[in-house]
Parts: sequence; C-alpha cells; structure tokens
Amino acid sequence: MIDWNMEYDAVIVGAGPAGSHTARFAAEGGAKVVIIEKRQEVGSPVRCAEGAARRSLQEAEVIIDPKWISGEMDGAMIIAPNGNYLEVDEAKAGAEVGYVIERDLFDQALAKTAVQRGAELVLKCSATALIKDDTGKVCGVKVNHMGEEKEIRAKLVIGADGHESLIGRWAGLLPKLEKNDIISGLQYRMTNLDINHKFVQFYLTKEFAPGGYIWIFPKDETTANVGIGIVISEIKHKGHLKELLDGWIAANPKIAQGEIIDIIAGGIPVGHPVDATVMDGLMLVGDAGRQTDPITGGGIGNGCKAGRECGLTIAAAVKANDFSAKFLQMYETAWRDLLEERLYRNWMAKEACLGLDDDVFNKIITTMDEVGITEVNVFNLLVVIKDKHPELVEKFQDLI
Amino acid sequence: MIEVDPRICLHCAQCVGTCPYMALELNDMHIEVNDNCKKCLWCVVSCPVGALTMVEG
Repeated sequence: MIDWNMEYDAVIVGAGPAGSHTARFAAEGGAKVVIIEKRQEVGSPVRCAEGAARRSLQEAEVIIDPKWISGEMDGAMIIAPNGNYLEVDEAKAGAEVGYVIERDLFDQALAKTAVQRGAELVLKCSATALIKDDTGKVCGVKVNHMGEEKEIRAKLVIGADGHESLIGRWAGLLPKLEKNDIISGLQYRMTNLDINHKFVQFYLTKEFAPGGYIWIFPKDETTANVGIGIVISEIKHKGHLKELLDGWIAANPKIAQGEIIDIIAGGIPVGHPVDATVMDGLMLVGDAGRQTDPITGGGIGNGCKAGRECGLTIAAAVKANDFSAKFLQMYETAWRDLLEERLYRNWMAKEACLGLDDDVFNKIITTMDEVGITEVNVFNLLVVIKDKHPELVEKFQDLI
Repeated sequence: MIEVDPRICLHCAQCVGTCPYMALELNDMHIEVNDNCKKCLWCVVSCPVGALTMVEG
C-alpha cells in the first residue's frame, strides 16, 4: 500500500504496458516505486487494435501468458485497392505480427507482475501537476486520489501516461504535433464474420482510408477487431472517420454480415522521435515518449522495450544516487539504440506515402508479390520497388 | 465554445491528445474544456465518432 509520507525512488504515472513494465524492472533492481493509475481498473476500457509482435515482446522480456493471447497469427496480408494481396508469414513480416492479444488482460498481467516484484499501485489516482523544488527540479507529483488532493514525493517522475501525456507536456518535452502526425482511430469488435482468422489484414484504400489503413485483427474464427486509422489532416468533417469505416464495411459483404459487439476509439501519435525524453528527475516512456511506430501505429512492443530500459535506468540511478538528466541519458541512449532508426525511417516513409494514389498501391503490392522478399520491412519494400518502378520511389530517395 | 455530447463520447481521449493548447481533459468519464481553447477545431474534426461541436458563445 502506498505510504503518502514516504519519498519514493520513482512515481510512474500510468499503468499501461510501458508504465507497468518500467515498474517491474525498477522494482526488480531494488528501487522503491509506485504506479498511479487514474482508472478504477487497469487495462479497461481498451483503446487498442490489440496486435503485438511476438519478437518484440520476447526481446522486452515480457512473460508470455496464454491468458492474454486471443490468437497466434500465421502471418499478415496487405491488400491492395484492386484486391490483389501480399501474404507474408511471420518470419518474413519482421517485427510486425505474432499475437492478437486481450489488451485488458495483458495490461493487468504486466501490472500484477510489477506489483509481485515489489512495485506499489494506486488506482483512481490522477496526476494534477508536477512538484518542483526551489531550484526548479522535479521532485514529485500532485495527485487527486478518490477526490482528495495529495502529493507523492519521488526522486524520479516517469510519464507513462499515453498519447495525451500530461507529464510530457508539463515538462515541455513534447512539441506540438502536426496534423500528419496524429492518427485518429475507430474500431468495432465484430462477430459472425467470414474471415481468415490466422492472418492480420491491412487494407490500403485511398477511397476509405486516405492517409492510413483499415485493419482486421482476428480474435477467433468468426470474431475480429475491424478498424480504421488515418491522419487527422485527411479528416474533412465532423464524424468523417466513422463514415469511412461504416462505408468500407458496407462495401465488404463478408464483414457487413457481422454484428458489432464493442466500439473502441483512440488516438495514436505518429510523429518523428522527440529530441529528448529525459530531463532532471523525469523520463517519458511508451506513447507518452512518442515511441509508437509511425507506419503501423503499433505501440505495445516498443513501449515494453523502452519500459524495460527505463526500469533498468531507474534501478541504476538509485544505486548511483544520481537522478540528473546526465545520468538518465542511460535510458535515452538505450531506447534510441533499439528503436530510433526504425522510427525515423518509418516516419519518413509515412510522410512519403501520404497522398499516394490507389494505382500506386496496386503496383507496389503486385511488384512485391512477384519479386518476393526475405523480410518485409519499409527498407526492403522500397529497394524492391526502386528496381521495378523507379518512378514510384522518387519521393523516397532519402530513405534508400 | 466546444461542447461534448456525452451520449456519443467514448472517452477515448483522442481530442485530449490532439489539442495543441491543452484545452481538454478527461476526468473520470467526461471530457472537460478549459479556457485555453483557441477554437482551432482540431478536436471537432479528429473525434473518431463526431461527439464534439463548436457552438457560439
């Protein structure tokens, strides 16, 4: 149980995967940490498409538990506007496919592990401001816990508070996003569908998903998350996103025959990596650190990988009794070594893909299918296209 | 000012993250709009379900 009079080594704001995974590794390393979560139940309501890469979770040392796996995928299908598709098995899909998870159970499992390793957890507890000492250094957070204004003192504050991160914005570490760097997402969980339930499916279509894609992530033989995510620069009027998803479903009889059993929405930051995720006494992790993949919109694997590094850094900072930005570079360097090159490249690829016409997508998918490549990622994709259709990749020259 | 229709809102906080001016907050299960609002309408357009409206006043 939280001791309101104690000074913690770290207070972690947000019990999503990045926050809980951070807490686990910090606690395992001997740090005294508390996670605060504004909801009454970790993981609920879900705001996620629920796809996660097996390889990323393994690399992040997430404890794999069948309880939160709803499906293990054989691979991914990328479907062109003309219906042609590229099928990639898991080995070729790189870090992109693997599990469709039960996100609420996943978050709860990670939080429970963190607590079992020694972290404390406080629900119904929202951060309301950073606390700073006389020198301006962050030394805790003001919170509202079940209606009561309180303070939690800590040597480190960790912002794991999602794409709408307050910690990151109060700290001044998160620059304003451009309209091309924010995805608005809407998803229905649907059942009674006629689907290939062993493949996650990505539909490229300028008509229904300009500046984004439509996905089907299977939950079982007849149930799937059917969703849309597009950059907000392509949303033309109030309610447009929902019209697009509903329109696409209506045009696809195997999906339209289904019934909606849940509605899920959310935002995804797809900007380029920020300049800094640390300052004296503070670190950002997960969507709050803008570590989401700009092409796929996937954030779980990256958040867990960065969370592990963040937790290890907290433990090291406690041992060194040094909570300065200089020491916390350990985290900054570690997560960038793991993620930054790919994030930046995929951000540039996303920028180049915006506005591509359907016939270009048709050519790209057909070319990829003809040539066949050993591992599907943005770089290999561009190299193949450059060989066959150099005119298509002029915009991407800097990437190849 | 911006009004949120609680009958439509899914509490997903897309508008909170999108707002360039920190003018929206998700408190428990409702969205609150504060005085920082510059009426840029990013929230209105980006809301996945069209729950936000700009009204005069």
